[in-house]
Amino acid sequence: MPDPNWQPRIVAFFCNWCTYTAADLAGVSRLKYAPNVRVIRLMCSGRVDPQFVLEALARGADGVLIGGCHIGDCHYVEGNYKTVRRFEMLKRLLADLGIEEQRVRLEWISASEGDRVKTVINEMVEQVRALGPLNLPNRFADWDREVSEWEAHLQTEEPSARPEPEVTHA
Amino acid sequence: MPKPKIALYWCASCGGCEEAVVDLAEGILGVVEAVDIVLWPVAMDFKKKDIEAMADQSIVATLLNGAIRTSEQEAMAHLLRRKSQFLIAYGACAHLGGIPSLANQFSREQMLKYVYEDAPTMVNEAKTRPQVSCQNNGHAMTLPQLRQVVRSLDQVVEVDYYIPGCPPTSKLTQAAISALLAGKLPPKGSVLAPDIALCDQCSRKGSKPANLSFSQFKRPHQTLLDPELCFLAQGVVCMGPATRGGCEALCTGGNMPCTGCFGPTSRVRDQGAKMLSSLCANVASKDEKEASAILSGIPDPVGTFYRYGLAKSLLRRKVDLPVETPETP
Repeated sequence: MPDPNWQPRIVAFFCNWCTYTAADLAGVSRLKYAPNVRVIRLMCSGRVDPQFVLEALARGADGVLIGGCHIGDCHYVEGNYKTVRRFEMLKRLLADLGIEEQRVRLEWISASEGDRVKTVINEMVEQVRALGPLNLPNRFADWDREVSEWEAHLQTEEPSARPEPEVTHA
Repeated sequence: MPKPKIALYWCASCGGCEEAVVDLAEGILGVVEAVDIVLWPVAMDFKKKDIEAMADQSIVATLLNGAIRTSEQEAMAHLLRRKSQFLIAYGACAHLGGIPSLANQFSREQMLKYVYEDAPTMVNEAKTRPQVSCQNNGHAMTLPQLRQVVRSLDQVVEVDYYIPGCPPTSKLTQAAISALLAGKLPPKGSVLAPDIALCDQCSRKGSKPANLSFSQFKRPHQTLLDPELCFLAQGVVCMGPATRGGCEALCTGGNMPCTGCFGPTSRVRDQGAKMLSSLCANVASKDEKEASAILSGIPDPVGTFYRYGLAKSLLRRKVDLPVETPETP
């Protein structure tokens, strides 16, 4: 049963020089946007290790948003090119592992585009809301129920009381 | 003084790890001189009931290889855990899930249907499937239950040490057994192999370019491999940079790229994501479409990056597979 109080939880990795500054601008400009995003500031979108994205999802995020400087504007010249290429493969990997493409998004937002931060976050939240919860921690627990129930079963059974099945690997 | 007791057991594995123990060759005589082997189904006739009759913790160490994917393997893992002071995950499958854990891309139903109905070599008009229990000529017969998820050993019971590899080398095995008998063990939870990337041991290290750049990915069967040049410089996916060393670069020495069986170093949580990161960042193109075309040279990212470790990866399994309610085994 989906929880009626569920709200999308989105982890956003924003680069220090463009998208994070744009989020700051959105703030000082008093632009209102959905409160479902937890922003993590990194020096460059190129610092977003694919492990970060997987870990965010594995720990309960419903979506991940990556924001960086426009192509050609990277503070470190090449960083966002690396992001593009990694993101391409990461999307394919996630699709192969059953995670909907709309749960991850890469956007270029420059320091002056505060309103773009608002639009992208609002869009992303609605997109993820439409997909519903990803809820990986609970899925992991569901998968592992077959193990924990068996473990409990083994503990209740006295080893000597059990008829001995012959274990062979012939 | 009685000799310390050692047990060797196998779960979902191919038998290669057993072969690795046999590969100790004359070394095995030294081992047998120092220890009593109390369980080794592949080579010796001891039964589960012999182990059950032993006092808890009376086995010094159990080397268990293979992934865990049936109720029987789980029961044996629990039993051996209880009877052993040290439980050692031996080989890639026990350590990371191994190749069997690539099955985590499919549901149990998909697998059983393929294997017992759709496989081209299968003739099974009655569509008979193995049952957990059935009656035959008045006899009740049982089989272990196949789990929905393939697991590494430490996803089922507590593990003290890991010996990595597909299979582990005899040198690492011998070193681990010696360290165990001498009581010179590293902190619990350690992987008993050097904590440095494979590239460090690779003879091609000198030819690895400082700035890699891929304009095309070639699979080993599509190209004539240079026996000395770094594979990455040849545009061939080599897992060396994201894989723990300790194998002494056997594959690259045999002119085949590393496929990652030793798993990640201690600084990496997800071997596949790390390799993806390193490899894709170095694609030559700055254009999204062109980069995508180059990356299509890696047709199976899960099988390439998680060949030995899908069970222990951050996502563990294809996440949208149906979850069946567990039946009592």
